[in-house]
Amino acid sequence: MADFETPELTDEIVVPHIQEGAMEGSGPFIAKPEHQEPLGFPGELVENWQEKAIDKMGELLGKYRSFQVFLDICVKCGACTDKCHYFLSTSDPKNMPVGRQDTLRSVYRRYFTVAGKLFPKLVGARDLTKEVLDEWYNYFHQCSQCRRCSVFCPYGIDTAEISMAAREILDSVGVGQKYCNEIIAKVFKIGNNLGLPEPALRDTLEDLEEEIYEDTGVKVRLPLDEKGADILLITPSADFFAEPHIDGLMGYAKVFHEAGVSWTISSYASEAANFGMFIGSYENMQKVAMRIREAALDLGVKRIVHGECGHAWRVAYSFWNTLAGPWDFLDPNYPVPQHICEFTWDLIQQGKLKFDKSENDHRVVTFHDSCNVARATRMGDKPGGQFEIPRNVIKAVCNNYVDMEEETIRDATYCCGGGGGLLTDDLIELRVKGAMPRMHALNKVMEEDGVTNMAAICAICKSQFTKVLPYYKMPMDMIVSVHQLVSDAIILTGQNEEGGEEAEEEA
Amino acid sequence: MSFLSTAYALLFYVATLILFAGLTMRIIKYARTPAPLKIPTMPAPLTKAGVALRIGREVVFFQSLFRSQKWTWLFGWMFHLALLLAFFRHLRYSMSPDNILWPLVSLEVVQTFGKYAGFAMVAGLLGLLARRIFVDRVRYVSAPSDYLMLLLLLGIAFSGLSMSFVAHTDIVQLKAFVMGLIYFDWQELPASAPLIIHLTLVALLMIIFPISKLLHAPGIFFSPTRNQVDDARERRHLAPWAAALDSTRGNR
Repeated sequence: MADFETPELTDEIVVPHIQEGAMEGSGPFIAKPEHQEPLGFPGELVENWQEKAIDKMGELLGKYRSFQVFLDICVKCGACTDKCHYFLSTSDPKNMPVGRQDTLRSVYRRYFTVAGKLFPKLVGARDLTKEVLDEWYNYFHQCSQCRRCSVFCPYGIDTAEISMAAREILDSVGVGQKYCNEIIAKVFKIGNNLGLPEPALRDTLEDLEEEIYEDTGVKVRLPLDEKGADILLITPSADFFAEPHIDGLMGYAKVFHEAGVSWTISSYASEAANFGMFIGSYENMQKVAMRIREAALDLGVKRIVHGECGHAWRVAYSFWNTLAGPWDFLDPNYPVPQHICEFTWDLIQQGKLKFDKSENDHRVVTFHDSCNVARATRMGDKPGGQFEIPRNVIKAVCNNYVDMEEETIRDATYCCGGGGGLLTDDLIELRVKGAMPRMHALNKVMEEDGVTNMAAICAICKSQFTKVLPYYKMPMDMIVSVHQLVSDAIILTGQNEEGGEEAEEEA
Repeated sequence: MSFLSTAYALLFYVATLILFAGLTMRIIKYARTPAPLKIPTMPAPLTKAGVALRIGREVVFFQSLFRSQKWTWLFGWMFHLALLLAFFRHLRYSMSPDNILWPLVSLEVVQTFGKYAGFAMVAGLLGLLARRIFVDRVRYVSAPSDYLMLLLLLGIAFSGLSMSFVAHTDIVQLKAFVMGLIYFDWQELPASAPLIIHLTLVALLMIIFPISKLLHAPGIFFSPTRNQVDDARERRHLAPWAAALDSTRGNR
């Protein structure tokens, strides 16, 4: 299957001894000029790259307090060293959060601190050479920006901030990552990461309407570009084509239908994902986010509801107001944006949705807290709502629910291994290995509690698990969308009791 | 005035200047550098009071470190607490009895705790040093300066302890020297080896404070993942340079 070994799942996750250079390499595919230029980056490594990179670092130190403070205050206590899923599974010390940061901190110290200018050897400072630049490219593309390290750092140092800055420096000298930058260019050109144009999107949504009708006998609509709708749904484009994402999309549609609200998808802003965050580019992130503001204004909606996506929910929850706000043209009675899980949970609490929970009785479900949702956002009006609300929704539609080990969920959750712009086949070894801690916890509840399915609310998590589960000899379709579970259990008003067949005959 | 006394008087003026000027400049830099995006590590408090409590728990109890690594927490917390106690004890060498804090500083309990805290300090530092040497992950991320920092602090602790428990120095004369520095009425420094070592290392610590990882002390208060309120949906957060982009982000 591949030229690497899938980690073995043992009884406990063992913190490995370090193996220097275990994940040395040239990193993921490098962006070509046509991927770089639409984002405003040089097409290839610029001639005076060293000077440019140092200048860029200086610029970022002045623009981001996180970058400046985090580079200064690490005391090398080692608290983070056993917290990263990539270190636990690869043993490469440059995959320890502090080890990763130090590949850049050493250069910061050399050019920006008194001690590093005077006594480089003493404080571990080094010059920026081509080898160092290559090392950045390799190891800052082995960070999924999941922020687990920041939870455990006594000062909250967040490696994601360092890796975003590093990627922005790399982009600014012409060394971009193909996967992320190609995708961002596609959003600018077409409106979504997949490059799915409006007619194809319309066809897909019509097919889904038909599928729901065949299943239930109820005409549930999935409207596109409908002006005057109350709600604009912003969801990752994977929801339009990938499994199990698409089952989640049908779930949202059924919930909207039962809520009796008018809603629409926008072909112009047919993407919740915002890879501008992964590459640390404020400007590109803002450009992607602005499409959503423009779509909301064009369509004249009153609310924005956000689909199941992790980093996208982070950008939406934490950054949209800054990047594309103020949202004063929307209905102030609702949060902007509102997560689909918040929306559904509200309706459940009001008793507006009916479920036949036995439809999910063939499943024993557990929940994977997606890193960005867990550690960078909230749902509801209490801290920690991002943990409780999705679980509440699942428990409202499933009879069998169990949690994985406490140190692997909620704000201590492990990344799926494919976040942060790493969901590309040229990083498959890293992705398979990085999934190990999550696979470990999942394996445990499968053995001990008979778990059959793991639900998630992130498009990247769902795609990543679909891909890596088979490496661990687990069924790829055991990963499900939360709203897929909702979809399977919801009873639509006027639904055929027998479901499918009868409706088919009528049609 | 002996040459030694003059040299040390000057050394402490310079060290104090570097410490306070350096720290002030660094703190101003941190305060002036914008945090353009909301990045609190969630779950985060919803109010400023909640944030103050969160940072308070980090500063007083090292909450995140406790959750992270119990041994590092134990050694680290023990060291810092001992340092604080020793600091309080030392205040009486720089304070005249008519100072309003004198009744507090001169309390038997402050003096006794401060005295024995030296042992806890050494224990904590040795624990941290052992981790740095024996845990391969920590050893990997350690530069020479990381070891030297611990050795410096150990040197301060040992030389201080030796004056309390082995060979007393002329503490009355030392206080005269310190008060002389404060009131610009220089006095002789007692020439005892442990004291000279102690003072040299302390001055060195003061000098490197603003240019080293010791910046974690002011830095923690500026850490955006810890000091931000979770209110991104309710309040528009806009840094000056980001606000400037509002006009260029498109015509809407």
